[in-house]
Amino acid sequence: MNTPGVRSGRFNWLAAYAIGYMVFLYAPVVLLPLFAFNNSTIVAFPLQGFTTKWFQTLWTTEALHSSVANSMIVAVSTAVISTILGACAARAGARYRFPFKKGIVGFIMLPLVLPEIIVAVALLVLLVQLGMGLSLWTVVIGHVLICMPFSVAVLNSAFQGLDVSLEEASFDLGESRWGTFRRITLPLVLPGVISSLLITFTISLDEFLIAFFLTGTDVTLPVYIWSQLRFPTKLPGVMALGTILLSATVLLLILAEMFRRRAAARQGKDNTPAGGLV
Amino acid sequence: MTPENNNDRRQIVALNDVTKHFGSVVALGGVSAHINEGEFFSLLGPSGCGKTTLLRMIAGFEDPTSGSIEIDGKPMTGIPANRRPTNMVFQNYAIFPHLSVAENIAYGLRQKKLTKAELAREVDGALEMVDLAGYGGRASHALSGGQRQRVALARALVMKPKVVLLDEPLSALDKKLRDQMQLELRNLQRSIGITFVLVTHDQEEALIMSDRIAVMFDGQVAQLATPEELYRRPVNRQVASFIGVMNFLGAQMSEESETSITLDVAALGSVEIPKTSVPAGLTPSQISDVGVRPEMLTVLFDEAETAERVIEGQVEDTSYYGDMTYYNVVLPGLSTPVSISMRNTAGRSILQPGSKVRVGWATDAIVLFK
Repeated sequence: MNTPGVRSGRFNWLAAYAIGYMVFLYAPVVLLPLFAFNNSTIVAFPLQGFTTKWFQTLWTTEALHSSVANSMIVAVSTAVISTILGACAARAGARYRFPFKKGIVGFIMLPLVLPEIIVAVALLVLLVQLGMGLSLWTVVIGHVLICMPFSVAVLNSAFQGLDVSLEEASFDLGESRWGTFRRITLPLVLPGVISSLLITFTISLDEFLIAFFLTGTDVTLPVYIWSQLRFPTKLPGVMALGTILLSATVLLLILAEMFRRRAAARQGKDNTPAGGLV
Repeated sequence: MTPENNNDRRQIVALNDVTKHFGSVVALGGVSAHINEGEFFSLLGPSGCGKTTLLRMIAGFEDPTSGSIEIDGKPMTGIPANRRPTNMVFQNYAIFPHLSVAENIAYGLRQKKLTKAELAREVDGALEMVDLAGYGGRASHALSGGQRQRVALARALVMKPKVVLLDEPLSALDKKLRDQMQLELRNLQRSIGITFVLVTHDQEEALIMSDRIAVMFDGQVAQLATPEELYRRPVNRQVASFIGVMNFLGAQMSEESETSITLDVAALGSVEIPKTSVPAGLTPSQISDVGVRPEMLTVLFDEAETAERVIEGQVEDTSYYGDMTYYNVVLPGLSTPVSISMRNTAGRSILQPGSKVRVGWATDAIVLFK
């Protein structure tokens, strides 16, 4: 067998590049749990010994708990709102023809390339002008704005792949519009909806700039972490926090992918990961 | 709705001058027709003739721009598809991919508030009707094309609709399965007696399955008739050439008497036709063409063979179909050859191009056109 790209007896530059790239990308991530369990306030090699005390300090830090709660409120709200709005936009884009459709879709996708700091400052100025007090909800507004493009992109493919005649058949069989949505449309686009929820949740959870500008007295987790970095002794604690977040994210993505594959298999669709973003 | 019309049980769908405009495009330009209860009715025409639009309007997916549709004596204006006594078999079958075969069939029964046992009995009955007994537990994506078609049909029939609407239901199947399903569909329709309205562009399919056919061109019904009438007496050249093959020959009336007219037909010569054979609405002096079907012309292989009228010609080329051979024969005085179909019966050889042949025909095979 002659596998293309693999030639025996010669140094494989492509493989070396790929490995180097992976190391550069993931080494910092691996360092995170390493120092989280390191028994020293100084984040440096050599390691000093194993400890779980950094995790224990997290357990007793009140400010951290409230910032996690704030982040959850913001991330869940953002995920739900932007997925609902994204579903409406994606369905309209897939089903209906209306004037200026391309321009409207373009404007929805624009925040993807707008510099976030500009968005944050502009929103801050606007909200202050409108007399709205800064709170977690102003953060949600900002996050929905930047999450919408992702939501629309994920849901677009789900709605494009949905055959119109399935909805018509349901309606023809006596089901109402709402019943058709609940029994046909929603189950068929559900993998896309879950992908969208997860992606927007993740984006909102670690978004810093908008949260920093638009939040009032309640800080979100990234803003809290940033504030902690001013105290060198708090660094290992941040590492421990990062380790927990990392594990949670990986777990979430594994769950999402499992769900998507199961849904795809049930519908007899091609079981390639290209169907979803995760 | 006048109460008198309610007594007329035979008429299940009435189309009253139905038009449909999409922007400036006229999809239907005023269609009036009646569909009788229990008949197999086909809308036949080339793509873009408006037949699918008409079917979707009967189903309630589109509203007429003007005119009205009545089903079972009730006007359907403003009544959406989910409250009409019609059910549709879609071109791609629209089987719900996330539901099993049984769940697909039971889908519409949910509104009827049946008990579990009644529901199961209805579903089993429907599966049996379409020859899929025991398939209820199958995942719908594991079905073949023919099976999907049957599930779609069962899903519509189980609703006990007044009218089943079929949108080119056989076009996705291969030829052999299609031929088989044509007969099955027709037999099923006859045995259950529900009105079927079929949309198709396949004239053979329409002829085989239908009780009556509406041939449509450019948003208009050109002719509404039984298959035999449609084939034997097409009302114009367009219908004649859409249904099967028709040889057209220039013609002109030369004489008119009390009981008959005499036509001077290119290549065939003088033909006397009784006035009773002239279709209503056709003035004899308007006749400019006559048509002859390929099977109404006969190649006389044997010197001894004869016919009512005989004409000499020359074979230009042949097409061999296995059971049939089509001869293109040049007749004197005609620029285009005529097509003649002959059965390949035992002992009959196929003539070579260039052969001189005698062609037999009969005056009653002639169809008159404007």
